[in-house]
Amino acid sequence: MASTENNALLSVRDLVVEFETDQGVLRAVDGVSFDIHPGETLGLVGESGCGKTVTGLSMLGLVPSPPGRIASGSIMFDGSDLVSMDETGLREIRGSQISMIFQEPMTALNPVFRIGSQMRDVLQRHQKLTRRQAHSTAIEMLAKVGIPEPAGRVDDYPHQLSGGMRQRVMIAMALSCGPKLLVADEPTTALDVTTQAQVLEQVVRLQKEFGMAMILITHDLGVVAETCQQAVVMYCGRIVERSSIEALFASPRHPYTAGLLASIPRVTDERQEVLPVIPGMVPDLLHLPQGCAFAERCSRVRDRCRQKSPRLELLQSTQTSVACYEPNA
Amino acid sequence: MNQTPEVPARSDTGTLLQVRGLKKYFPVHGGWLRGVQQQVRAVDGVSFELDSGRTLGLVGESGCGKSTLGRAILNLQSPTAGDVLLDGLPLAGLSRQALVARRKDMQIIFQDPFASLSPRRTVAQIVREPLDVHRIGNTRERRQRVEELLEVVGLRSNALNRYPHEFSGGQRQRIGIARALALNPRFIVADEPVSALDVSVQSQVLNLVTMLQAELGIAFLFISHDLAVIRHISDEVAVMYLGRFVEHATADKIFSSPKHPYTRALLSSIPVPDPTSKSPRPVLEGDVPSPMSPPAGCPFHPRCPVATDRCKTEVPKLREAQPGTEHEVACHLAT
Repeated sequence: MASTENNALLSVRDLVVEFETDQGVLRAVDGVSFDIHPGETLGLVGESGCGKTVTGLSMLGLVPSPPGRIASGSIMFDGSDLVSMDETGLREIRGSQISMIFQEPMTALNPVFRIGSQMRDVLQRHQKLTRRQAHSTAIEMLAKVGIPEPAGRVDDYPHQLSGGMRQRVMIAMALSCGPKLLVADEPTTALDVTTQAQVLEQVVRLQKEFGMAMILITHDLGVVAETCQQAVVMYCGRIVERSSIEALFASPRHPYTAGLLASIPRVTDERQEVLPVIPGMVPDLLHLPQGCAFAERCSRVRDRCRQKSPRLELLQSTQTSVACYEPNA
Repeated sequence: MNQTPEVPARSDTGTLLQVRGLKKYFPVHGGWLRGVQQQVRAVDGVSFELDSGRTLGLVGESGCGKSTLGRAILNLQSPTAGDVLLDGLPLAGLSRQALVARRKDMQIIFQDPFASLSPRRTVAQIVREPLDVHRIGNTRERRQRVEELLEVVGLRSNALNRYPHEFSGGQRQRIGIARALALNPRFIVADEPVSALDVSVQSQVLNLVTMLQAELGIAFLFISHDLAVIRHISDEVAVMYLGRFVEHATADKIFSSPKHPYTRALLSSIPVPDPTSKSPRPVLEGDVPSPMSPPAGCPFHPRCPVATDRCKTEVPKLREAQPGTEHEVACHLAT
């Protein structure tokens, strides 16, 4: 990936994010590096606590501080480093260049303002539109995300909308200033499966229309397979595997990725009596073992896995980077 | 499916649970100072039978009434109408005492392992509570039983004197399962038991449920919105929409030849974890209508891609698509 670094829209290098806790310093993100190119969709995959959301929040300078802080690393976006940027600079970028949508739209929308007024705020702030212009742009955006009767709905309060509609409003708001990058944190996890299908289809269509890049944070490997081109798998704050979607699903290299893929029940296959499992559980981030964090649960563990963490390295004659001494062939 | 046939004395087959025309309506107050009431028809006439050692997977979207159905069967929310029979004996009309006695046979496992365990009790106290309530055994026997149960669900005995917050989500769900097993139930309602768990832990808990069922012969009503989980765990599957079953058959039949347009839409909406199968899929339009004012005729007709005029006026009954197939569907057009 290093060779294409020059035309990347966003380059994250060795990002480390730490949280101050009562029991000591917790390293939520530990040396994460990846690139995103214009128009590309990157899936950020992993289980609860693996650092995927904190990574996403870092892209907008939204890591709650204190107790959190970006300890080291860089996030280059359009030639400037977001890590060293001050709050004024970040405010200019947030919402206009980089937008974010969250899992639960009800907590992200303000319940006491009409959705139109919340959408106008963003537009008037970043695009210097008049109130009237902002209002008609808001209606236009609502129509784009597939909200029926947008001219009437613009005066609704968030509680008057269904979960799927609220998520569409969030998307409309996030896209209203034409950002170059959208960070979507579990955007469909709270939705029913038929609504999820509607929203995902809309997001992918709009992404094409706006030529926007997207970081899709999710635990759902099905969603990743259907929407992303590249994927990053995280475990305990580190990237364990980075590859194209096709390679990831066809030949997962890291034992954790392989275990995850094997353990999801599928509707298409013959029913299995017993699901393959990854034994044990995710270790406590405050008391990570020495060496590879996955060693405890790994079937291919060797002595040296317990001594020193493997680095993320490009696997010979593949496009996949993996952090493992004994990757799957 | 709404009429109640006469009750046989006691079934002699393997049928453990019979549910007949079960309804649960919730009154809605019309607003400030207005006493006018509407009804939310959360469960609107559900009938089915379940044999010992079998799992009925119940699938549907939020608000379709699947959790309410589970609770109404257990009489945790008393049904508005209909009968629930365990071993052929109705639960309705039992005195409180008699109902408590019957509850030994029927347990529930909840979705949220963080909210369903008291934070102020130790694991030993939590798992022992059903034994205390039903006055089973003496202190020593209860303690022994609790240790046994923890072993069955795969927790070490050093868990006994610890509190729920010291455990991960998957382990808490194991504690909830141990509690549900304490009284040797014959029927368990599992209400989204793995939805709050991570993928790698979810498969561990699913395997535990399968293992328990094979060893103990417990019948499960397994409620989930995740079709892949339902497919994995169920012998039979019922698809619910606005308080009714729209399709009910063996899991194989539901997944290989779904007959109701809603079932088909649900199946095609699942994101498939395989990038090579990016097939364009029909996306279902619109949202689920309010259960307070369900549409006339077939409740699915406003979203149905094949609805006819008849669907707008006449409610389809749940019937065998073809006689003798035991594949039930509530659609005028399905064959």
